[in-house]
Amino acid sequence: MKKELQVAALENGTVIDHIPTEKLFDVVNLLGLQSMKTPVTIGYNLPSTIMGCKGIIKVADKFFTDEEISRLSVIAENMKLVLIRNYEIVEKKDVVTPDQLKGIVKCANPKCICNNEPMPTLFNVVDKVKGVIKCHYCEKEQALKDVKLL
Amino acid sequence: MTIADLSKEKLNYLLEMAREFEKNPNRELLKGRVVATLFFEPSTRTRLSFETAANRLGARVIGFADPKITSGTKGETLKDTIMMVSNYVDVIVMRHYLEGAARYASEVAPVPIINAGDGANQHPSQTMLDLYTIYQTQGTLENLNIYLVGDLKYGRTVHSLLMAMRHYNPTFHFIAPKELEMPEEYKIYCKENNIKYVEHTDFNSEVIADADILYMTRVQKERFTDLMEYERVKDVYILKNDMLEGTRDNLKILHPLPRVNEIAYDIDDNPKAYYFQQAKNGLFARQALICDCLGITLDDVKNDTTIIK
Repeated sequence: MKKELQVAALENGTVIDHIPTEKLFDVVNLLGLQSMKTPVTIGYNLPSTIMGCKGIIKVADKFFTDEEISRLSVIAENMKLVLIRNYEIVEKKDVVTPDQLKGIVKCANPKCICNNEPMPTLFNVVDKVKGVIKCHYCEKEQALKDVKLL
Repeated sequence: MTIADLSKEKLNYLLEMAREFEKNPNRELLKGRVVATLFFEPSTRTRLSFETAANRLGARVIGFADPKITSGTKGETLKDTIMMVSNYVDVIVMRHYLEGAARYASEVAPVPIINAGDGANQHPSQTMLDLYTIYQTQGTLENLNIYLVGDLKYGRTVHSLLMAMRHYNPTFHFIAPKELEMPEEYKIYCKENNIKYVEHTDFNSEVIADADILYMTRVQKERFTDLMEYERVKDVYILKNDMLEGTRDNLKILHPLPRVNEIAYDIDDNPKAYYFQQAKNGLFARQALICDCLGITLDDVKNDTTIIK
């Protein structure tokens, strides 16, 4: 059977692959793709031999900063970023959990000052392997998989 | 600030400063300075202690004791209140019902902030006075047997004390009902920091025979999900005078106060009872914390010429 690309190839830009389907729109929101001026292709519910079902995003003429990429770690591990220039893959990047998360996720403690005052949240990542973060303010440790995005 | 995060050197430094204040609590070291006490949650005991500490050093004190009279109730943010008060004073002592409030205030305020308690999170000046009291009564903080009794699950003071003692090779004994036992995260903390500990559910004279410090806390009914369990254990964790027979001569009984019934009243006359003196030490510990925040050093305190005899 003839193999076809599921989404048209990019000339220049970034492909974000292996996104868990249910997290696809979290990625869109986190990277602010709705306000991009360049073409963005979003693939949803695509078949994947590894994941069963996946999401894929192609953003033309956009190369994300390491800080932007590290934000994705709060959504899912194992996502891959592929940087394309002139139809060629020039670099592959993994999503790496940063040491700090500023203004990305919400503290689970309703009695934390950061849920009661107009201020950015701040977390220190205490265990990258187990995915444990600690609120800089109330000092409560929280599992990365349970936290909600702001 | 978190006392548990301080180095051993810094803790010893602050304890030594507190000792200077115990020798001479009345001074004019802070003459001309203004201290604010902002209590977004009422705590009369802590507020009086801080205000006395400032007053006895010659500072003047402004502030509020009851959040109902502040503009916070009109919807003002904590930041706005702190920025406004910072214009008037040299240091702010604040207590707040929200966790992390003091840390946030310290990040926005141009003047130093002293945390007088933030919800269930930290109460550093209590930890400081506990350490000072142990040091004062035992002559050292090293190699002591410290028995923590009562509510070890929610008791913020016992958690902070445990962490602050990690520098001094203590052996802890945790005495608590199953529902209020020391949380797993603190047992892990003990293992990571090589702190020895033994757990008990019984509380009697044999269990406490080797204690240097007996730190009592209140077992509160509202902490229990199972009220039958509460009825079963409520009288178990009460210290009675006859339990002190056979205990060490150097044993001292501490309690963060207020107590309800967990220490029998006839123990007050026992020389091993030390909770009222412990509360008094809060004055010296808080004098040290205020001075340290204002950049006054131990040498300044030792060479102070403003002492009022």
